[in-house]
Amino acid sequence: MIELILAERCTGCGTCISICPSNVFEPSSGAVPMIVRQEDCQTCFLCELYCETDALYVHPDATGHVPSPDTLTPPGDYRRDSGWGSWLKTPVTATSTGAWAMYSHAQENPLEEQL
Amino acid sequence: MNQKALPHALHDHAADLVVLGGGLSGCWAALTAARSGAKVSLFEKGYCGTSGVAAPAGPGHWWVPPLPGAREDAVAARLSKAKGLGDGQWMHRIIERTWQNLPDIGRYYAYEPDDDNRIRLNALRGPEYLNALRRYCLAMGVTIFDHSPVLSLLRDSTGRVAGAFGAHLQGTQGLYRARANAVILASGGCAFQSRLLGAANNTGDGHFMAAELGAQFSGMEFSSIFSVVPKNTTMSRSMIYSFARYFDTHGREIAPDAQGQASLGLAEALAAGPVYCDLSRVPQDIRAQLPLISPNVMLPFRRQGIDPFKDRFEIDLVGEGTIRGVGGIKLAGPNCESGLEGLFATGDIASREAVTGPISGGGAVNAAWALASGCLAAEAALSTDRRTPRRLDLPGRAKPKTSAAFSSESHRAIRTGVQREMLDASRQLSRRASHLKRSLTTLDTLWSQSAPSPADASLQNLKRDRETQAMLAVARWCTSSALERTESLGMHRRADEPELKEPVKPYHVLSGGLNEVRSWREEAFS
Ligand SMILES: Cc1cc2nc3c(=O)[nH]c(=O)nc-3n(C[C@H](O)[C@H](O)[C@H](O)COP(=O)(O)OP(=O)(O)OC[C@H]3O[C@@H](n4cnc5c(N)ncnc54)[C@H](O)[C@@H]3O)c2cc1C
Ligand code: SF4
Ligand code: SF4
Repeated sequence: MIELILAERCTGCGTCISICPSNVFEPSSGAVPMIVRQEDCQTCFLCELYCETDALYVHPDATGHVPSPDTLTPPGDYRRDSGWGSWLKTPVTATSTGAWAMYSHAQENPLEEQL
Repeated sequence: MNQKALPHALHDHAADLVVLGGGLSGCWAALTAARSGAKVSLFEKGYCGTSGVAAPAGPGHWWVPPLPGAREDAVAARLSKAKGLGDGQWMHRIIERTWQNLPDIGRYYAYEPDDDNRIRLNALRGPEYLNALRRYCLAMGVTIFDHSPVLSLLRDSTGRVAGAFGAHLQGTQGLYRARANAVILASGGCAFQSRLLGAANNTGDGHFMAAELGAQFSGMEFSSIFSVVPKNTTMSRSMIYSFARYFDTHGREIAPDAQGQASLGLAEALAAGPVYCDLSRVPQDIRAQLPLISPNVMLPFRRQGIDPFKDRFEIDLVGEGTIRGVGGIKLAGPNCESGLEGLFATGDIASREAVTGPISGGGAVNAAWALASGCLAAEAALSTDRRTPRRLDLPGRAKPKTSAAFSSESHRAIRTGVQREMLDASRQLSRRASHLKRSLTTLDTLWSQSAPSPADASLQNLKRDRETQAMLAVARWCTSSALERTESLGMHRRADEPELKEPVKPYHVLSGGLNEVRSWREEAFS
């Protein structure tokens, strides 16, 4: 579940409030949003992906609150591996010939259809 | 409930088309309608772009080019597994639609080439794909209402579905009433709030609203599929588990999964004690590609200090309900008509028996179905004749009489009761009439004991109450349908009535009803 908003990193942009599919956050009088419905968190990690300053940390245990140590800083590994924000690589535009290439690829690797 | 008694502000919206749910199917429906000039309003319980089961996953689509014989072969292969419940025409249609329409996303989605420098048009990463669909919808002029769960459908004075009623949970909060010429239901399947990745909002709300107006369901017995996750987590993406071996605490190996579906052996071992997964057989190239293809799969391991390719780790099974199950609203026509005038059903909320048969369509068919059914329904919805002006019935009048609405206090107890019946893997994977009857009695009792919600409930609680009602209703159709199908078929395993030697004539199990749940058989014509 969502466990941490690191105040030093949070810019108060409000993105996590709007993009969380479970409506877990609410704006606060300060800049940093509050986690008001932690038990509704569906542990999808998507807020981490959308937070541009890696201020959020989601613990993989979805069954209950797992306090995070005071020293924890969000690792940002989901954003890094996804190539979001500063990790962005040059995007490639799809071509229609790619569709045909994909077909032969899928035939060779049927497993990759099941992600 | 009349308008004056509502303790919340009431907002009015109007559009040609209301789309209910902004996941994979709802987005394709909305953008297809908007592209042809219609005014479309999309209402999403969470956030269109992160909500729904596709967003945290990586949907591969059924992808077969129009090469001589290729599609015929693909359809024949699928039909042979469909046990007489499939429909080759539907399969061809969704393959063709997906082939035609999916590449449109290329304008909003940055494909990355694979190791061989090839672009794989049909395999997309969920977060980027759903984000691209959102931007595509907005570019086409769709009005998106996030954090705006629909609570019920509205009908006009002729009884035709003509809008939706719901709550805005963020921004200008309050209730809303959206009037439209037609409504597309795309609120996904129902997994009873198991820990299935991305499925918390998929509570069967749309099923419930449609049932209030008399919709029927088909194939709800095909709702007994379970997926492996690292213990206590939600990470149900299944690809790496095709290489898995499982062991009990004594190091004894447990029977492997049957076709990627968790086996009864695994479920029984888990009921008896911890089960450990061994992934050492995952090939090196897949290990290397994993962070690129499925960047979230490693998070639960890394964050709990597990090296999944070296260490054995504990697992759980999470129920998929009708999501990677099959059942849903019985479609009444070739363009996803629901059987109720003005109402269409697409994606996981519709029964997918025609394209999957009694086995899961996860992995390729479901995403193609979500896309194609969304596009087809959008076109059909726009061509329905317009009727204005109309009087709209508020929910109190639109609803059939039902005693079932819950106080917020009983919400938790009911949810726990539903989960106990529906998410017990060893029982669901070996169903017996005695258990099913007991389940149904328990669920019926929960239904009859529920008390009306207070009129001044908060918006958040109104949403929650509806979710609870919906999960309970879906659980009852699933259970009653499982009782009705007395032989094992596909994912529906009856321990008391093993597979018949003589094949029975293929039939569908239909179900419906709220206060009185019914299920019955209908011959399949394929
Ligand atoms: C882990 C996982 C991996 C998968 N991988 C594949 C794959 O590789 N290939 C494949 O073919 N299929 C795959 N599937 C299945 C595929 O993702 C689904 O078939 C597809 O997402 C269905 O689309 P949908 O729009 O019907 O439902 P969803 O994508 O679930 O969207 C439903 C939306 O409706 C919203 N909603 C619900 N109730 C309300 C309400 N009351 N008011 C407003 N909105 C509401 C929800 O918030 C949600 O956003 C996978 C599923 C899972 C769980
Ligand atoms: S998205 Fe990140 S920076 Fe923005 S408000 Fe949330 S935590 Fe703060
Ligand atoms: S993990 Fe998902 S549900 Fe939980 S707070 Fe983040 S975005 Fe919301």
